[in-house]
Amino acid sequence: MQASALTAWELFCRRGDRLLFGSLDIWVEAGGAVHLVGPNGIGKSSLLQILAGLRPSSPSDRLGAADVKRGSVAWQGRLGLLDAHCTLDEVLPLENALAFWARIDGAARSDQSAAMVRMGLSSLTDVPVRYLSTGQRKRAGFARLLIQNADHWLLDEPLNGLDIDGVALVEELIAERRAAGGAIVVASHQPIALPDAQAIDLRDHPW
Amino acid sequence: MLTLLKRDLAILLPGGRRGGSLLPLLFFLAVAMLYPFAVGPEPQLLARTGGGVIWVAALLAAILPLERLVAADLESGVFDQLALRGVAEEAAMSSRMIAHWLAFAPLLLIAALPASALLGLPGDKLTTLLLGLLAGTPGLAAIGLTIAALTASLRGGAALAGLMLIPLAIPILIFGAGSLARPDPSAIAFAAAISFLFVAIAPFAAAAAIRSVRDA
Repeated sequence: MQASALTAWELFCRRGDRLLFGSLDIWVEAGGAVHLVGPNGIGKSSLLQILAGLRPSSPSDRLGAADVKRGSVAWQGRLGLLDAHCTLDEVLPLENALAFWARIDGAARSDQSAAMVRMGLSSLTDVPVRYLSTGQRKRAGFARLLIQNADHWLLDEPLNGLDIDGVALVEELIAERRAAGGAIVVASHQPIALPDAQAIDLRDHPW
Repeated sequence: MLTLLKRDLAILLPGGRRGGSLLPLLFFLAVAMLYPFAVGPEPQLLARTGGGVIWVAALLAAILPLERLVAADLESGVFDQLALRGVAEEAAMSSRMIAHWLAFAPLLLIAALPASALLGLPGDKLTTLLLGLLAGTPGLAAIGLTIAALTASLRGGAALAGLMLIPLAIPILIFGAGSLARPDPSAIAFAAAISFLFVAIAPFAAAAAIRSVRDA
């Protein structure tokens, strides 16, 4: 049996009055992948936020239930998140915007330029982030993720806006991260190559 | 932490990269300039009431940067990414509060010199005024940060933030501006005490506000 990267038990999610999903257990081994599917608004992004520790799992306070389950999420290793935002300062040139996160993550200058070359952004170093297209922003977000050098990745619609080359590149990056022992959780409506991934359909986990 | 503070300062300082501007300062000076036109040029009247006007102008100038303080970074997920890296919201908010104070207060103190000249404040009152502003502005920065975090996710949050800041700032205003009426340093000490109470609470309140936006 392989070492586990993510162990999450008894996750419940409620947004306002809507009960999205419940009693969800996820176990991912090192190098494993999870593909979250389900219709819009089912709670895929919320689940990623719960897994990232940014949102608590809702307490399962069903009326009359004796045991309220609080849910737990445990990761072995550091975690990177790429959601709908590339989270880079809009007015700064791309290189400087990435440099802020490189300093926060203690990455070397060379790591940053390597990541930018890898994502095909080397011609855009001086372009302010606000002028980037949707696909270029996604690439910039991946550059930030590469610079962070986290063990595991949470990706929310990672293929949005990417061209065919970009899709292939992202699939390659995911494969590399998994080969290095990282676990990947992807929420994606677009088909994405994730060999041997567990598919989790949140419709199968009603509250 | 230093990297964070540097970025926060770069956002907020006048001439900074994200539209941080001299506007609050010019606004402050404009009020000091307009006041004598509005009430008439009698030196005694100006000397007696001018300090209070400078305080009100300072308070209003502290409101202007609020909309840039938290909302943009909350929207773009900066605080999420920081939280993922183990930087607590409290730390991020402390850094933001310090940067906010550094970006408006020192310049305000400098601008208080020409402003008090315009209003003909005598020298001893000027000293009291500067000490009072020094004691009171950290509190204004703290209240401003808390309210900016609370209203960051609301539509029209900036206007609301201004309205919410005013009642909370009243204690600082009473003791800060009150120190000008009576030559009594204890009022400044009171203003400083209230101010530091707010400074102590603000990072936690603002951090809780940011987390509650995520839970919503």
